[in-house]
Amino acid sequence: MRAFAYERAGGVDEAIAAVAASPGGMFLGGGTNLVDLMKLGVASPGLLVDIGRLPLTEVRETPDGGLHIGANVRNSDLAAHPAVRSRYPALSQAVLAGASGQIRNTATTGGNLLQRTRCLYFQDVAKPCNKREPGSGCPAREGVHRDLAVLGHSPMCVATHPSDMAVALAALDAVVHLRGPGGERTVPLCDFHRLPGDEPQRDTVIEPAELVVAVGLPAPPAGRSAYRKARDRASYAFALASVAAVLDVRAGVVEEVRLAFGGLAHKPWRARVAEEALRGAPATEESFARAAEAELAAAEPLRENGFKVRLARNLAVRMLGDLAAPAGEGSAS
Amino acid sequence: MEPPETTSTVTLRVNGVQHSLDLDHRTTVLDALREHLGLTGAKKGCDHAQCGACTVLVDGRRTNSCLLLAVAHDGAEVTTVEGLAEGDALHPLQAAFLERDGFQCGYCTPGQLCSALGMIAEAGAGAPSLVTPPAEAALSPAPVPLSPEEIRERMSGNLCRCGAYGNIVAAIEDVTR
Repeated sequence: MRAFAYERAGGVDEAIAAVAASPGGMFLGGGTNLVDLMKLGVASPGLLVDIGRLPLTEVRETPDGGLHIGANVRNSDLAAHPAVRSRYPALSQAVLAGASGQIRNTATTGGNLLQRTRCLYFQDVAKPCNKREPGSGCPAREGVHRDLAVLGHSPMCVATHPSDMAVALAALDAVVHLRGPGGERTVPLCDFHRLPGDEPQRDTVIEPAELVVAVGLPAPPAGRSAYRKARDRASYAFALASVAAVLDVRAGVVEEVRLAFGGLAHKPWRARVAEEALRGAPATEESFARAAEAELAAAEPLRENGFKVRLARNLAVRMLGDLAAPAGEGSAS
Repeated sequence: MEPPETTSTVTLRVNGVQHSLDLDHRTTVLDALREHLGLTGAKKGCDHAQCGACTVLVDGRRTNSCLLLAVAHDGAEVTTVEGLAEGDALHPLQAAFLERDGFQCGYCTPGQLCSALGMIAEAGAGAPSLVTPPAEAALSPAPVPLSPEEIRERMSGNLCRCGAYGNIVAAIEDVTR
């Protein structure tokens, strides 16, 4: 690991100014991903500006019935928060589906959004990787890619975004509040992460020295919500595929639905094609299957990860079926 | 221009004893404990928070000390496995691990013990896990009973290459019953 300078920021603007003034500067939150990447040599900041003690730790209800979540709220505190558990169960479940108890105690909301892909080639500095070293190539496309993308990838990059939390936030129409040298702005979560295109080095639309200060949720949508994740072991593994959904069924007909997939793309994949197909349709397994298949028709699986398409379809169909069942009959909540 | 400082003085209170250390900023809490304070209970297994052998309590919460930069935790209260027993009197979790044979080689045990200690407190405070049934009464969270399923899910950040999981779960159950 390269030696680095360290500053503990006294305020948000001071932190932003410190990173803006230092070309090799990075913000340090919980550090559960960044410190790991520094050990691997993937990240080598010359300056860490520690934002870990800034008071961005509030979870509060907003006047419009939504929720404001400070960027420094720890994953475990977010998942356990009464308002999150009772009003946004998919979010609580998604956070609890990620990482381990120890990591959730340390990792923050802002850092979760900004974590990097776990693609093996990205994490191995001895290998080419367009995300880590633009123009060096992508060995994953022909190499080990069982865990990688089936939707929205590019010739340059087939990485997936590893967050569970962000998938639930995508389905819940969350927004990301950013503050930078040029002031504040708010970006819909679904527009925050990017597809790789020909700039895979950019995971998100965040600008240099811009800081995630909070995540905002609108009032909980009508209906029931849940998150479900398929992985290689029962706990403490990244998603092969996951699904977050909100479903409101009235008299057997889909009144409103929001669906997002994780583990399939470079960003949380909001399934707008499936949603469109489902609005006004009968809430039946047949409708759910047709909608999921319509969404996944765009999939371009790689040699070893074609199973993810069927897996994602089945996860979505089963979850929507559970959510459609009257309370007490489904296994989802 | 002066080159920037890459070391700092860091104060850690470890098992009730205050220590002031001059540390390179790259030093993790784990390395501070092992290399600078001679507390080798917390283990460096993978050094990437994948195995849990480095688990300690920082300000009362379990965490992977291998990913914590010591400089960022200046002033923190750290509890390691060396701080669990009171003199010769083992902590109940330690006694239960012995009684139940909750290990073979013992390498992961300090992390398992510290993780279990933190985990029991989390469940006691009503923190849910992925296998906790969604509580109707989430607004006033009650302690979560620690079934074997709950213990397995909540302890999944601690790997045991000897595969002593069955006895580890039994030991933790003994303490929480």
